[in-house]
Amino acid sequence: MTTYKTYVRAFIILIIVLLCCFILNISLGSVYIPLNDIFKSVTGNIPEQETWQYIIQNYRLPKAFTAILVGSGLGVSGLLMQTLFRNPLAGPFVLGISSGASLGVALVILGSSIFGGFLAAFLVTKWSIVIAASLGSFLVLLSVLVVSLKIRDTMAILIIGLMFSSITAAIVSVLSYFGSAQQLQQYIFWGFGSLGNLSWNELGIFFIIYCIGLLLSILSLKSLNTLLLGENYAKSLGLNIKTSRLIIIISTSLLAGTITAFAGPIAFIGLAIPHMTRQIFNTSNHKILLPGVFLFGAIVMLICDNIAQVPNSDYTLPINAITSLIGAPVVVWLLVKKQKMIF
Amino acid sequence: MKHDNQNIILKTDQLSIGYTSKKKQNIIASNINISIKKGQLIGLIGANGIGKSTLIRTLSNVQNPLKGDIFINNKIMNQYNGLELAKVMSLVLTENVSSKNLSVFELVALGRQPYTNWVGSLSENDIEKVNQALEYTNISNLKDSTCFELSDGQLQKVMLARALAQDTELIILDEPTTHLDMYHKAYILKLLQKLTQETGKTIIFSSHEIDLAIQLCDTVIVMTDDGVISDQPSNLIAKGVFNSLFPKDLIAFDEKSGSFKVKK
Repeated sequence: MTTYKTYVRAFIILIIVLLCCFILNISLGSVYIPLNDIFKSVTGNIPEQETWQYIIQNYRLPKAFTAILVGSGLGVSGLLMQTLFRNPLAGPFVLGISSGASLGVALVILGSSIFGGFLAAFLVTKWSIVIAASLGSFLVLLSVLVVSLKIRDTMAILIIGLMFSSITAAIVSVLSYFGSAQQLQQYIFWGFGSLGNLSWNELGIFFIIYCIGLLLSILSLKSLNTLLLGENYAKSLGLNIKTSRLIIIISTSLLAGTITAFAGPIAFIGLAIPHMTRQIFNTSNHKILLPGVFLFGAIVMLICDNIAQVPNSDYTLPINAITSLIGAPVVVWLLVKKQKMIF
Repeated sequence: MKHDNQNIILKTDQLSIGYTSKKKQNIIASNINISIKKGQLIGLIGANGIGKSTLIRTLSNVQNPLKGDIFINNKIMNQYNGLELAKVMSLVLTENVSSKNLSVFELVALGRQPYTNWVGSLSENDIEKVNQALEYTNISNLKDSTCFELSDGQLQKVMLARALAQDTELIILDEPTTHLDMYHKAYILKLLQKLTQETGKTIIFSSHEIDLAIQLCDTVIVMTDDGVISDQPSNLIAKGVFNSLFPKDLIAFDEKSGSFKVKK
């Protein structure tokens, strides 16, 4: 199998690029730190100034790791959705997972003034936001799936996903109308997305849930490949469609749900990374695509974060806007160049 | 009688097929009793809308029967679990595969899924079976092409190779000759005949190519409004079954040539 050699080469290049992006990511920021001292801080030695070590260890490193988790996780969940729904337009956002998460968060942040009392006391901690976002995304995805079991037409499923987004957006509007200015600001800032707000402890929890999601996606590799033939063929090959579908959905909602919970709704990555990866590897085999999407998602997210930081300035732009601004033209360019959409 | 049963791979008992919608059963055909012997090539023919596809889909477990049972190797189909059934019966359906970006080898190799481990790695035995399937269907040279580059005829061979790689006693094909030119229609059906003769597999296919089916099949199953009849083609001709297949205003069956002629 000569083709595997070219895959291995591509993977080695991607891993090197990822490492470079990682180092670039932690060396750029509002404070200039020499590369030499960055290595010292990362390896646990004391750099020239102690504040540098603090910045690296408690701000830039968690942020870089978050970027890796977010990029790879969203890419993987997008890939799973595209295969499950047999639709190249599918992704966590299109099917309303993220709007489900938004609804959950909106209920927690904005709803506390409406529901008041007892609820307000225990709401609006970081954890309640995380749980609400996960629950919201899981419920929306589950409803889309229940409907999709009744309707075979994939375009219909897509439209239903969009309808769910509209419904949640409408509820969020109603909640916003009753929310206070401070709550609204809090909600809008959550909507900008942010990679830099996580402490090591939070990152730990994030990582654990992320790993469960990723593990489930790896367990689904075989069924994902079988699903490439379509459901009737997959069934004739002995695949238990319902179980595999459920595992894929749980995996996606864990990944997309926690990411949205911890980092806010990050647009574009989930939809586009699988397509970009398919252009590089030119295959539909998930055993190649999944690690490819993983690495590529992480790389793109690190680059987007670098740009959002606006090197050598104090500004940090909303990461959610940057992902689309940078990524969408890249996808258009790729498609125009290759003249075809591979799926 | 017992000896007879061992030779029969697929049998239906008072089978009714059709669709259930909103608790109402829409029966397309009922009281279907057919038994299919091992190692035969079986053609299923009938007019449009008579329920060929429904019967094929029911026999292949894509949809459930409304009533009656299907036996495979003397065991009711429902008693097989998915994986067991996948090792006895493989399918070629009319629907397109979802992803056409698979290479021919990858697609055929997916036929080995029931035998592979949890990530679907191919063992040497699996690779050998895939290569065998590619050789049988004469597409070894296309191995590395992607499926969207293929013609309809080539794609049909690939789908057949995938079913072969699944290594089952029984292969069911739903209209394998649609969209193909006359040469490729004959080619595919001739290939099916060769497979039954050389590998001892049982192959059931539905088709509108009545004259080809008459020439190549060991048994032909004819679906008409009056019921389902299965027999050797020559017996069916003698019984005059083909005369009642279609309305008589346009075409007539010519018993000598075993084909339909347009009335002048």
